[in-house]
Amino acid sequence: MSSIPQELKYAASHEWVRSEGNGVYTVGITEHAQDLLGDMVFVELPEVGDSVAQGDDVAVAESVKAASDIYAPISGEIVAINEALSDSPETVNSAPYTDGWMFKIKASDEAEVAALLDAAGYAAAIAE
Amino acid sequence: MAQQTVLIGKHLEAGAKVVDFHGWDMPLHYGSQIEEHHTVRTDAGMFDVSHMTIVDLNGARTREFLRYLLANDVAKLTVPGKALYTGMLNEAGGVIDDLIVYFLSEDYFRLVVNSATREKDLAWINAQAKAFDVKVTERPEFAMIAVQGPNAKAKVATLLNDSQKAAVAGMKPFFGVQAGELFIATTGYTGEDGYEIALPNELAADFWQKLLDAGVKPAGLGARDTLRLEAGMNLYGQDMDETVSPLAANMGWTIAWEPADRNFIGRAALEKQRAEGTFKLVGLVMEQKGVLRHGQKVVVAGGEGEITSGTFSPTLGYSIAMARVPATVGETAEVDIRGKLVPVKVVKPSFVRMGKKVI
Repeated sequence: MSSIPQELKYAASHEWVRSEGNGVYTVGITEHAQDLLGDMVFVELPEVGDSVAQGDDVAVAESVKAASDIYAPISGEIVAINEALSDSPETVNSAPYTDGWMFKIKASDEAEVAALLDAAGYAAAIAE
Repeated sequence: MAQQTVLIGKHLEAGAKVVDFHGWDMPLHYGSQIEEHHTVRTDAGMFDVSHMTIVDLNGARTREFLRYLLANDVAKLTVPGKALYTGMLNEAGGVIDDLIVYFLSEDYFRLVVNSATREKDLAWINAQAKAFDVKVTERPEFAMIAVQGPNAKAKVATLLNDSQKAAVAGMKPFFGVQAGELFIATTGYTGEDGYEIALPNELAADFWQKLLDAGVKPAGLGARDTLRLEAGMNLYGQDMDETVSPLAANMGWTIAWEPADRNFIGRAALEKQRAEGTFKLVGLVMEQKGVLRHGQKVVVAGGEGEITSGTFSPTLGYSIAMARVPATVGETAEVDIRGKLVPVKVVKPSFVRMGKKVI
């Protein structure tokens, strides 16, 4: 059973969301998702300043197995990206919830955050 | 219900991620396929290849039979133990399978064929063997372990008795020898030094454990695929199949055209293909970000082709591929990656051998 931290919110498309305060949310992919993808070899991130809508494909996680779109779990503006992933994409595998984060979004609609899955909801979604 | 090799318990013990591979439960990786890849390039790794099919051929006319069955010519095998890589073709010149044939004695040759093609291979070999009075015997009682990497032979040596050590001493590449209970061959699918060892099923788990204790790390199908692709070795069903000429699969070197009077299955079709010209299999290198993948369209001078195998090369740090393209191809090409045409370099389909970049 893969780890699904209680304090995070989740999208069914396997992104996690962590509140950093001031309406800023960090986004990454779950341990379950990185396990499905296998060793990560490139991560293509959005640009800081990009406006994104919920469900947009904003990043690509390319593993030994496949290229997978990463979707914006909420709408808003990209305010930071994890530059370290360009040299160490494997961090997504080794620390998906911490150093393997992908980007930060300044939310434009907090209601979208509230509507995301909680840990139990995501666990149920991947058990299906 | 998938078949399992006798080593399944060892794989599960080591935390393998097990996947279905053509009806077999096989380890994809034991944590990180990239680390396993590097282990084979720099030290010693081992693969369970027990799913592969060993077929023994016996009879006075075995050599004559194989000179008809195979596109390469077993007349080249003059020293007992010597092995040859070859295609087994149909009448249309398509590749039924690629295989290794070992010459053991004049009335005893051994084939090692792919597991995914086992049934059709056996049917074909049996059908053709009848006219030559050759006995065809599958050997499912053997497991097979490939130990590969610069330190592979030295680590295996720690498990051998004196007579086995003597049997493999100074063995050149592409030889096989029966040494006690082990059939030890200097073959592989990684581009590194090493052995492929066939042994009775009941000894396999213990031998695997001893290899682990000797410091050989298990490696899965994932690493096996990136290693063989770096080495420029074909994967049956992906880089060629029954619809593909060996001339269009970088297997021209395995066709023995001489002597011209040797009739082998597919010869007439191949001669026609050679005269008319075929597509060719080339290597592609993409140094920018991204990964070349099987099935992507390749645009070259004079037409379009397709990537047959593509991956991220852990040794080189960028993506490589094999692609079948029109023979008019120049030194560069463009690959359609998710709708974008990306420039790539065209090279010979061999990227890494013996731990070193060769492009």
